[in-house]
Amino acid sequence: MSEAQRDAALNGAPVDEWLAVSAASRIGATPLRTRLLGRPLAVWRDTLTGDPVAAPEIGAQQRYHAIDRYGCTWVALAAPRRALFTLPQYEQPGRRVIDCGAFGVHTSAPRVIENFLDMGHFPYVHAGILGEEPHTEVKDYKVHEDEHGELWATDCAFWQPRAAAAANAGMDVDYTYRVPQPFCALLYKTSPRMPAERDVIALFVQPLGEVESRAHLLMLLFDDEHDNTALVSFQQTIFGQDKPILESQMPKRLPLDARAEVSTRADAMSMAYRRWLKATGLRYGVEVTPSR
Amino acid sequence: MIRLFNYELSGECYKLRLFMHFLRVEFETVAVDFHPGREHESAQLPVLEDGGSRLRDSEAILVHLASRYDASGMWFPVEPVARAQVAAWFAIARDITHTASAARLHDVFGYELDVQSARRDARAIFRLVDDHVAESEIEGRRWLVGETPTLADIACFPDIALSHEGGIARDDFPAIRRWVDGMRHLDGFVAMPGILAPPR
Repeated sequence: MSEAQRDAALNGAPVDEWLAVSAASRIGATPLRTRLLGRPLAVWRDTLTGDPVAAPEIGAQQRYHAIDRYGCTWVALAAPRRALFTLPQYEQPGRRVIDCGAFGVHTSAPRVIENFLDMGHFPYVHAGILGEEPHTEVKDYKVHEDEHGELWATDCAFWQPRAAAAANAGMDVDYTYRVPQPFCALLYKTSPRMPAERDVIALFVQPLGEVESRAHLLMLLFDDEHDNTALVSFQQTIFGQDKPILESQMPKRLPLDARAEVSTRADAMSMAYRRWLKATGLRYGVEVTPSR
Repeated sequence: MIRLFNYELSGECYKLRLFMHFLRVEFETVAVDFHPGREHESAQLPVLEDGGSRLRDSEAILVHLASRYDASGMWFPVEPVARAQVAAWFAIARDITHTASAARLHDVFGYELDVQSARRDARAIFRLVDDHVAESEIEGRRWLVGETPTLADIACFPDIALSHEGGIARDDFPAIRRWVDGMRHLDGFVAMPGILAPPR
């Protein structure tokens, strides 16, 4: 048993999970120094093979597992328990892949994902963009776990004044949420340019520590009008609005016992995410109340 | 029309957006990809174009805007002592940028720097600002210079009001908290991500 696996057995950290640590384009010969699951991490690119390399520090003999996928570089501290999830839209012709940057957030990774899955806050936190009073109703939607163990929320609909940079007027937007692994979430929403298609917004959270995270944001979308800067600015404004809300939520570890948090909002996807996390056995960035 | 080369999450750019809202001056923004594009490295933010002029440095731009558009003369007072005091706060505003804002660049945007010393130095400046505001309050004043808000308040506001994003809580600075709240309640106030507007 490796040192990392021994630690994991003690604290339930997902050391054998692929975790995003950077946009792949920013990994070069000069090492990026960051942290993952509370441990120091250096990531650089082998100049001969072009492959990413991850290690506890630059001079270390030890190597972690590292791959480039979906515009990001991913690291697993111990042998990965499974392949990274699939994302066919990444290869789809006509889609633009836009790196919206990474943002440090003073909270746990599950808090960041849970907030992303919650439509109830749109009219209040993103007024005039993703929601607007009095359109505050979250209509019923379906939640299920698929055969790969991924969590889905489907048939979500919400009225949005400005659903995307490409939206000129308010529209009813269809949403599908997907949680392929604990710290990754994908949102498929109506593309204002291509009504038959879905824009994809990806959120990959890097747990720096239990209550310190970095959120990597990526968009895969159809928009032939706006330049990258306008699209990035739109997404960052939304994330910037979420950030203070996220950081004010207490406790910073996400309570997995629904009764542990007083909430008047009965959000089905949030509750499903917590149940799903509990079932996966994850014990990192969460609070688990022993059953009585 | 005034054009501001703008990054939405930049405190320096917000300074100018906020001031132009207070002045009720119309402007348009040109988005700059500060992060992740780091476009600013070739063009230091913020940049403002007004008429034929292209101006840099947020405090210099504040002075320009006040001189041209503030008919009341409140924001950059002509009275010599008050004007000198406002200019002195510009230096403090820069010190706050080099400490509190640096900590935010580290925590939010992943800049590699000594965040512990940035936070420690920021707290030392906040202590001085808090004492100054508390002393002014005893004399019945709420602002950094004189009886009304001035460019001194605008220059210092964003980095102080965003300090929590760099891991610097304001719990220990009660006078600063009241001053931040006073700014938020000024007529024409506009929010930015991380700095909330007061509840309606």
